[in-house]
Amino acid sequence: MSAGPLVEIRDLRIRFHGDDGRVTHAVDSVDLSVANGATLGLVGESGCGKSVTSLAIMGLLPKQSAEITGAIRFDGLDLLQTPDQTLRDLRGNRLAMIFQEPMTSLNPSFTIGDQIIETILRHRGGSARSARGRAIELLRRVHIPSPERRIDEYPHKLSGGMRQRVMIAMALACDPQLLIADEPTTALDVTLQAQILELMRELKAASGAAIILITHDLGVVAEVCDEVAVMYAGEIVERAPVDEMFSAPQHPYTVGLLGSIPRLDHRAEQLATIEGMVPNMAQPPAGCRFAARCPFVQDACTSAPPPLVEVTPGHLSRCIRAPLERLVS
Amino acid sequence: MALLEVEGLVKHFVADRSLFGRALAHVRAVDGVSFSLEAGKTLALVGESGCGKSTVSRLVLRLIEPDAGTVRFDGRDLRSLDAGALRAFRREAQIIFQDPYASLNPRMTVGQILSEPLALHDLVPAGRRGERVAELLHLVGMEPRLARRYPHEFSGGQRQRIAIARAFAVEPKLIICDEPVSALDVSIRSQILNLLRDLQDRLALAYIFVSHDLAVVKHIADRVAVMNLGQIVETAAADALFAGPRHPYSRALLSAIPLPQPRARRARVMLEGEIPSALNPPSGCRFHTRCPFVIDRCRNEAPGLVADGTGHATACHRVGDLPSADAILPAAAGFSPALEKLVAAFSRKTEGAGPAGVGIQSATPTTP
Repeated sequence: MSAGPLVEIRDLRIRFHGDDGRVTHAVDSVDLSVANGATLGLVGESGCGKSVTSLAIMGLLPKQSAEITGAIRFDGLDLLQTPDQTLRDLRGNRLAMIFQEPMTSLNPSFTIGDQIIETILRHRGGSARSARGRAIELLRRVHIPSPERRIDEYPHKLSGGMRQRVMIAMALACDPQLLIADEPTTALDVTLQAQILELMRELKAASGAAIILITHDLGVVAEVCDEVAVMYAGEIVERAPVDEMFSAPQHPYTVGLLGSIPRLDHRAEQLATIEGMVPNMAQPPAGCRFAARCPFVQDACTSAPPPLVEVTPGHLSRCIRAPLERLVS
Repeated sequence: MALLEVEGLVKHFVADRSLFGRALAHVRAVDGVSFSLEAGKTLALVGESGCGKSTVSRLVLRLIEPDAGTVRFDGRDLRSLDAGALRAFRREAQIIFQDPYASLNPRMTVGQILSEPLALHDLVPAGRRGERVAELLHLVGMEPRLARRYPHEFSGGQRQRIAIARAFAVEPKLIICDEPVSALDVSIRSQILNLLRDLQDRLALAYIFVSHDLAVVKHIADRVAVMNLGQIVETAAADALFAGPRHPYSRALLSAIPLPQPRARRARVMLEGEIPSALNPPSGCRFHTRCPFVIDRCRNEAPGLVADGTGHATACHRVGDLPSADAILPAAAGFSPALEKLVAAFSRKTEGAGPAGVGIQSATPTTP
């Protein structure tokens, strides 16, 4: 196998064509790569394009309305040029995804066992009996108590945390090389979230799969990711190893995000706020998309779109005023 | 005298009935909850789904009737109020809900939404209501001319501002904030939290802040009550609780919060298993099925909520012999000095941009 990254996204652009002829720029010139065994956190607020990016990787965007350009290489294969049949063989097999809502992503009319076994039989074949054995094994791996009994239960009998474990078991059914987790813990209570995050760390260590974790919670990122990409208005505005990102962020948006989190270690009189709103993505601004909300804005920011440049080795920022330390020293 | 005194509140919902309507099973949503709240202060009710925190907030407003217990507001027992007095009480106590998409009537303009309480309680003569609506919008950092718009034209954060303005319209003494920021993005969440604190400082309101997020609670609360399965397991001044949580459940909640610090080294209290159902709560201490410190006594005997001299109360048999909580507390100085400076510079500069920063161009909804 090639020594390059497992997933490499080059200049990905996604536009949605609405019924009324309106075009929305959901994702613009996104470059990303994830190595085998690494966990990449994709961070941003509602509508920044993080989920759309992941759906593009999975080939799950509607063909009629989504116009996708660029390249998504997965293990040497360009997923955007891959025929549907091949994609279907990949999904659930070498590519797997966990969604936010464990309540709606399981089929209520089949037992959880049926749903896991279906995946195994579809991709791996073999006897129903051996598939059932593997399903029980998977449920045990995600710490579901008495899996031999639970396997025949319907989703409605399980709590939210349990269902998310079933979703994870199903995603792991064929030992995927890439696991995309879209806000996997957002719908869960904090103590259950801690359990699921612990489970993800465990599985990452055991399986060596690459993980793309999509979240809006910077705390979750700090706990499980190796690298972070921050998205704003369809673009990646900053990319860095996780320690770097949290110790010396190089984009004002990231600074604002970090400052707006209520913290446990001290009580600020006022939290930082990011004033204003995200730009309308039917007509993205000409210059920096964050300029209108940025306290460090200069004239040059609004004239041309800033490039994503390396500020320190391995740390990229889409801000012409980086390195930001200069602004406060 | 406290503004609000709640004593021995009990609410059981019928979960299942026999063919003839006899109750077969009860959800014990709230089981003996007591607390009090001073005017101008914030009490946070914290806990996970199903712990009864929202039910308590509805009982306090008498939106639902308790099975037992009393709620005294300004010295009056709420159960003794007749319809007229109850209506007057509604003016004193308001609520802000979690979902700003569901709590505003889509067929009413913002102006109508805000003038309805003024008309209902006959606070402002019809001719002057427009003026008051403008004042209210200004109070929550929105432009008065937005009064002509409909809720769908606003983002989640702006809708929550409208909901806050509606609650403030009647000049209440108490506002119940039921997860007011859980549905919002981080940057918007901080705006709303700042707004709530700012309004409290200016208008001396009392808040009951219902939340599952201890970090948010730490930011806003004066006093915290941690609930588990319908009961308060620990209550203390916020500073005391965050500096030294005593109940194993409070510690677990606190240690479960992911910190935005990649190298944060702290011990975790990992809870095993699922949250038990309030339909059939465990015997003895209701936390014993998940508690890492469980002993036999916990399975049989329910612990009482016992306060020490400082008003820090804990319902745990083993409170005396638990290890120190220091290991699970996040280390101070979580941000690097460079980042602290940057955040400070970021906040300073944006403050100059206007108090709440809801501009004209921002009134158009953004494309998802």
